[in-house]
Amino acid sequence: MTILANSLVIFFISVGVLFIVVTAIGLIRLPDLYTRAHAASKSATLGVMCVLIGVFFHFWLIEDHFNPRILLGILFLFITGPVGGHIMTRSSYIAGVKPWKGTVRDDLASEIDNMKKEQGIK
Amino acid sequence: MIENVLLLALALFSVSIALSLYRVIRGPSMPDRAIALDTIGINLLSSIAIVSIVLQTKAYLEAILILGILAFIGTIAFTKYIERGVIVERKSND
Repeated sequence: MTILANSLVIFFISVGVLFIVVTAIGLIRLPDLYTRAHAASKSATLGVMCVLIGVFFHFWLIEDHFNPRILLGILFLFITGPVGGHIMTRSSYIAGVKPWKGTVRDDLASEIDNMKKEQGIK
Repeated sequence: MIENVLLLALALFSVSIALSLYRVIRGPSMPDRAIALDTIGINLLSSIAIVSIVLQTKAYLEAILILGILAFIGTIAFTKYIERGVIVERKSND
């Protein structure tokens, strides 16, 4: 039973570490801010959730201590990680960060222009 | 077995923090740096979780939740600063 619990913990922690390292490689290699924010908000959230689930199973199954704070942390990160990525890319588009030069379609530009005209800024 | 996996995980987290630090130093725009700092915060949060298994203590598990909340608040404040130039808006009287 301990071996089973240990392999469960090792599986979840390995998957989480894999996703977090992939996030860092994506931050280095991707060409512009929007693709980098895509990498950072999705795979970092999934990786940290897997690591925390592994830690939760370790404390629950091996040390016999049910810890609801880790579950609360998982829920909080699941809600706030993608929201943080979305709101950061939106504000940087409004502030004028250009997309990568290979981008072929930009539907947001006309919307932002309309919004700026309505609010009367610039 | 599990000790080796945990130590390897900590080493990979430090490699990941170093790669994100490259983006913080080199990033062409300010939101790049903010996103990379957010990723560093997530790396620190996972390392705290791993360290609490290595040290066999339950005392560090509150720090995970607190670090998550602080990273989110920091990101939101920086977003408002980039978009509007102020963080806390107030009504203009004139």
